[in-house]
Amino acid sequence: MTTISIRKYSPKKYLAENGALAGLVILALVIAIMQPAFLNAQNLLNVGVQAAVIAIMAFGMTFVVVAGGIDLSVGSIAALAAMVGALTAGPIGLVVGALCGLVNGALISYGKLPPFIATLAMLSVARGLTLVFSEGQPHETDAMVTFLGSNLAPMVPLPLLLMLAFFGITGLILTRTNLGRRMYAIGGNEEAAKLSGIDVRRQKLWIYALSGLFAAAAGLVLAGRLGSAGPQAAAGYELDAIAAVVIGGASLSGGVGRATGTLVGALVLAVLRNGLNLLQVPPFWQQVVIGVVIALAALLDSLRRR
Amino acid sequence: MNPLITARGITKHFGATKALDGVDLDINAGEVHVLLGENGAGKSTLVKVLAGIHGHDAGTIEGHASLAVIHQELALVPELSVAENLFLNRLPRRYGFVDRAEMRRRAPKLLERVGLNVDPNAKVRDLGIAQQQMIEIARALDKNAGVLILDEPTAVLTETETDRLLEIMAQLRDNGVGLVFITHHLDEIQRIADRITILRDGRSVGVLGPRATTQHMIELMVGRPIEEQYPRAQQRPGQPLLRIENLTKRGVFENISIEVHAGEVVGIAGLVGAGRTEVARAAFGVDGYDHGTVAVDGKPLPRHNVQAAIKAGLGLVPEDRKGQGLVLTATVGQNLELVTLDDRDEERLHDIAGKLRIKGRVEQPVKELSGGNQQKVVIGKWLLADPKVLILDEPTRGVDVGAKVEIYELINRMTAQGRAVLLVSSDLPEVIGMSDRVVVMAHGRVAGELSKGATQDQVMALAVQEISA
Ligand SMILES: Nc1ncnc2c1ncn2[C@@H]1O[C@H](COP(=O)(O)OP(=O)(O)OP(=O)(O)O)[C@@H](O)[C@H]1O
Ligand SMILES: [Mg+2]
Repeated sequence: MTTISIRKYSPKKYLAENGALAGLVILALVIAIMQPAFLNAQNLLNVGVQAAVIAIMAFGMTFVVVAGGIDLSVGSIAALAAMVGALTAGPIGLVVGALCGLVNGALISYGKLPPFIATLAMLSVARGLTLVFSEGQPHETDAMVTFLGSNLAPMVPLPLLLMLAFFGITGLILTRTNLGRRMYAIGGNEEAAKLSGIDVRRQKLWIYALSGLFAAAAGLVLAGRLGSAGPQAAAGYELDAIAAVVIGGASLSGGVGRATGTLVGALVLAVLRNGLNLLQVPPFWQQVVIGVVIALAALLDSLRRR
Repeated sequence: MNPLITARGITKHFGATKALDGVDLDINAGEVHVLLGENGAGKSTLVKVLAGIHGHDAGTIEGHASLAVIHQELALVPELSVAENLFLNRLPRRYGFVDRAEMRRRAPKLLERVGLNVDPNAKVRDLGIAQQQMIEIARALDKNAGVLILDEPTAVLTETETDRLLEIMAQLRDNGVGLVFITHHLDEIQRIADRITILRDGRSVGVLGPRATTQHMIELMVGRPIEEQYPRAQQRPGQPLLRIENLTKRGVFENISIEVHAGEVVGIAGLVGAGRTEVARAAFGVDGYDHGTVAVDGKPLPRHNVQAAIKAGLGLVPEDRKGQGLVLTATVGQNLELVTLDDRDEERLHDIAGKLRIKGRVEQPVKELSGGNQQKVVIGKWLLADPKVLILDEPTRGVDVGAKVEIYELINRMTAQGRAVLLVSSDLPEVIGMSDRVVVMAHGRVAGELSKGATQDQVMALAVQEISA
C-alpha cells in the first residue's frame, strides 16, 4: 500500500488548502471594486515594497514558529542593525543582528528560558542599545544601505526583489535542508526529535540566529527606503511579523508553517493597509479593521482544518 | 432481546481512503463483542463513528443506550492531578467552585475499583503509561454507561492489570452492560468474547462465536494462516556489542549488568515499575545515571548524550509512540527519515515502509494512520538507521498478529547480519519466544537470567520476587 501518488493539481483545491491565499484574493477583489486605483501598477508596486520589510522579518519568524518558539525581539533587532549599519556599514548591521539572535538562542537552549521571556528581554536590550548608539537622533544611511531601498530601474524596486529572494531562501531552508527538516521535528515533538539524535539545543541556536539575521536585513531595507535609521524604527513590527506568519497558516504550537503562507500573510497585511488608505479610512479605524481581519484570517484557517 | 445499539451499513471515507465499507454491528446487553482486524482495518474508525466523533457517509445507527468510550490514544491532561483527570468535565462542585473534599473522597474509591495504587494528587504526567490507561478506564467506569467501548486498552497493560480489567469487564457484562472490546491479543479474546466481528479493509468479513479458534480468527483477519508466531532464527553469538556494567541510578535501578552479543536477541522482562524502561533510556543517553558504564562495540559511551550513543551505533525505539516516538505534525516519510537525515536514501525508505506493510502513503501526515501503523513508523525509523545495537521498548504495542511476525522477521534479519537486539517487553510470549536469553528485572535489579526455552511461570516467579538481601 506504500505507493507514491502524484496529487493532481487543481486550483480549487489549492485555494481550499490555502485559506490565507483565498483571503488575499477576496480582499484584493473587494478593494479593487471599491477603489479601482488599487490596481494601478505603481500602487501595486508600492504594496509590494510596503510588504517587503514585514515579509523578510516574518520569514525569519517562520523558522522560529515552525520550531515551536516565538521571537518578540525582531523589531528591536531591525532597528539596532539599521542604526549600527548607518553609523558604521551595512554588513556590520547584519552581523549584529545575527549575534543578537545567537544570544536569544543561547538563552533559550542553554539557559532554558522560555522563548517568550528571552526574546522579550532582547526586545528591550536591543531597543535600548539603539537609543544609546543613536543618542536619540536619526542617522543618515550610507550609499550602500540607501541602495537597498531604491529602484534598480524604473518600476523595479529592489525591496520587492529582496523580498522574493528571501522568500526563495526561506523555502529552500525549510524544505530542502536538514536544518529545515529538523525545525519541523523540533516544533512537532521536541522529545521525539531529541530521541532521534537531533541536537535540539544547537539547532535552536541557528534558528534564532537566522531570525536575527533576517530581522537585521529587514531593518536595513527599511532604513534604505527612508534614507535614515531612526531610534524608534520598526517598533511594534514584531507583532506584524507574527501576524503574517499565523495568517499564513503556521501554528504557534509548532511543527506547521510554510514560506508561501508567510509571504501571503505579509501581503494580506500590506494590501489591507494600502486599501484602507486608498479608501480614506481614518487611521484610528484602520487599526480596528486590521485587527478584525487578522482574527478572520485565523478563524478561516482553523475552520478549514476541522 | 433487542440490541442496545444497532449499526447497519456504516460507510466512512477519509478523502480517497475507504475506512469503513458497509459494516453492520450489534451491541447487545450483557455481551462482550470483540472487534478484530489488522492495523488500519477500520476498528477505531467504527468506534469513533458510533461515538459521534466522526460523521458517516452512509448507513444507520439506532440505539438508546448511553455510551462511554476509552479511545486508543490516551486523552488525559498531563498537567492535572489524577483526581482532576478522573472527574474532568464533571468536577464535583460546591457554591460554584470545585469541591476538592468531595473529589478527594470519591477518587480513591474509583482507583480502588481498577486496582490502581497511586496518589490521587499526583500529576498524571509523572505516571507510567499503563497507570494512565487504568485512569482512563476508571474514568469511563464512573459514567455507569449502558454501553462501554474499549479500544485497545490492554496494549499498554501488563498481565496483572489485564487480568483485573477482564474481571471488571466480566462483572459489567453480568450487570447487563453491553461491551465492545478491541485487542490484538488473541488469548484475551478467547477468555472474554461472546461474539467476534472481524474487519478487513473496512469490511466485516465474518462474525464468530466464543469458541472460535485462533487459527480461524487469524485466517479471517489476515487472509492467510500464520505458521509460526515467534519465528526466531537463532545465530551463533559473536563478540559483545552492548555491554552495560553495574549501571546504577539511585532510587531507580541498581547494579544492572547486561551483555548483548552480535547476532543475539536478549529480552528484558519484568513488571511495570521494575525499571526496564529506565535502564534502556539511561543506556541510550536520554537520562543520566550515577555510576556504571555503557559500551557499544567496546567503546564506552559518555553519559547523558543521545547523539554520541547514536554515533556509536545504538538505537532506541521508545515505549510511548505519541509522546516520544513520533512527530505527529509531520508526514510518514519525514518521520521515517528523522534519524538518517544526513544520508537520506529514498529507496531504502520505501523498501522498509513496504516490508513493514505500513498502511498509508509516505507523504501522508502520520496522525492520519491507525495506531498500529504509527507504531510501525517508529520501528521503521530505526531499522532505516541500521544501528549495531537496537533497543526495542515494547515494540509491538498495538501491532496486529500478522505485522508482528513481519517485525520479528526484521529482527531476525538484523541479527543475521551481526547486529544485536535488546528487547524490552511486557508481552511474555513475545519476550520468551523471540529472545535467546531473558533477563528478568524486579525492583530495579536484575532478579535472574533464563536461557532459551524458559516458561512464563519461571519468568513470573523471578519478576514478582521480593528483594530480601
Ligand atoms: N483522520 C484520518 N484521516 C485520514 N485517514 C484516516 C483517518 N483516521 C483513520 N484513517 C484511515 O482509516 C483507516 C482505518 O483506520 P483505523 O484507525 O480505524 O484502523 P484500526 O483498525 O483501528 O487499526 P489499529 O489496529 O492500527 O488501531 C486507515 O487506513 C487509516 O489510515
Ligand atoms: Mg485503532
